[in-house]
Amino acid sequence: MTELIIPAIVSCVVAFFTVYLITPPLIQYLQKRNFTVQDVNKKETVMVSRPGGISIVVGIIASEIILYAFLQLNEILAVLITSILAFAIGYVDDRKVMGGWFKPIALAFAATPIIFLGAYDSNLAFPLFGEVQIPILYLGIIIVLIPITGNTINSIDVLNGVASGFMVIASFSLSIALFILENYEMAIVSLPLGLISLAFYKYHKNPSKIFPGDSGALALGVMYGAIAIVGQVEIVAAVALLPAVINSFLFLASMRRIVEHRQIKGKPVEHTEDFKLKATNDTTAPITLVRLILAKGPLTEKQVSTQIFKLATFSGILAIITAVLMRITL
Amino acid sequence: MIGLFAFLFAMWLLILGGGGIMVLILGPISFSDFGELDWLFSSAFKAAFAISLVIIWIFVLLKIKNWIFRKEIAS
Repeated sequence: MTELIIPAIVSCVVAFFTVYLITPPLIQYLQKRNFTVQDVNKKETVMVSRPGGISIVVGIIASEIILYAFLQLNEILAVLITSILAFAIGYVDDRKVMGGWFKPIALAFAATPIIFLGAYDSNLAFPLFGEVQIPILYLGIIIVLIPITGNTINSIDVLNGVASGFMVIASFSLSIALFILENYEMAIVSLPLGLISLAFYKYHKNPSKIFPGDSGALALGVMYGAIAIVGQVEIVAAVALLPAVINSFLFLASMRRIVEHRQIKGKPVEHTEDFKLKATNDTTAPITLVRLILAKGPLTEKQVSTQIFKLATFSGILAIITAVLMRITL
Repeated sequence: MIGLFAFLFAMWLLILGGGGIMVLILGPISFSDFGELDWLFSSAFKAAFAISLVIIWIFVLLKIKNWIFRKEIAS
């Protein structure tokens, strides 16, 4: 384990400072090129740079290449290639509005490097009960899990700082779980994700100076999913992601189909006169996590973000408990 | 907010329970009457069983969601 300390430190420092240092010039560059979108939750007209996925993917590439140079594991290549493909898919969607099915199908293809590089174990491990061998079925899980993690993080990217802040909590929970399970190599592969998210959060938090866009949200979510697969912590990862899963679940259960947010006419949330967020009574609008949080009354954007982070922390603790339970077999 | 925490906890318990069913019931299943195609039938059956479990899981979640958030959804 001691031989992993230097790669871990170097990759973490590079991950954090790459994003921390690249993002400010990226914000200026995007503003000059007029690559901005309005922040609809601000009273004044505020234009915010997008997509910040560019600095996120540079951070992922830099840190994971360093780890590959040290460890030369196929698992690292699989995580890296899958994340880059997810960024590319998101970037296409940032530039041109694609249909609701584009991202899930394209992300399913993005999962194939994990299969071709053999960077997975077809035994699915559960807490308390042990493992189940599902060699064929597991391939389907890989193809389904990557689009799910990517899209759930993308779907929670609705308020300033939520997607990146949520990823900080979820990915550090995953890293702690990997350390508990003594999967040290994958633990240090996962650490850069938390630090990339943390560095980006500095510019994404309220009031946002940059939005990650689909490219950033998908790159973060898919990297998280890929680490879950190659690290054999699929269940732990799913538990840490539960608030975002709830958001997607509520959305799909109320809309009853896969649809792009931009294609929905009904608004789940509106603004009060003092520009707090308030749940609407629109029956055509989807039920979302934010709408449920606002059911008791209007809150500021920052207050809603704090509530989401509390839920993320709760599920992060449940994920760590799940990892402890995985070491126990009944 | 308590409702959301309760829903999260219910989902976690469902994941733990679902894992138990997967390991204790689905794991040991294997066919031995189809010769070289045993693995294919076993995999197909396991896949169908797992998909059924997911559908039941979603159905139970919908019921729990409606029960926990009945006031919020109605408003």
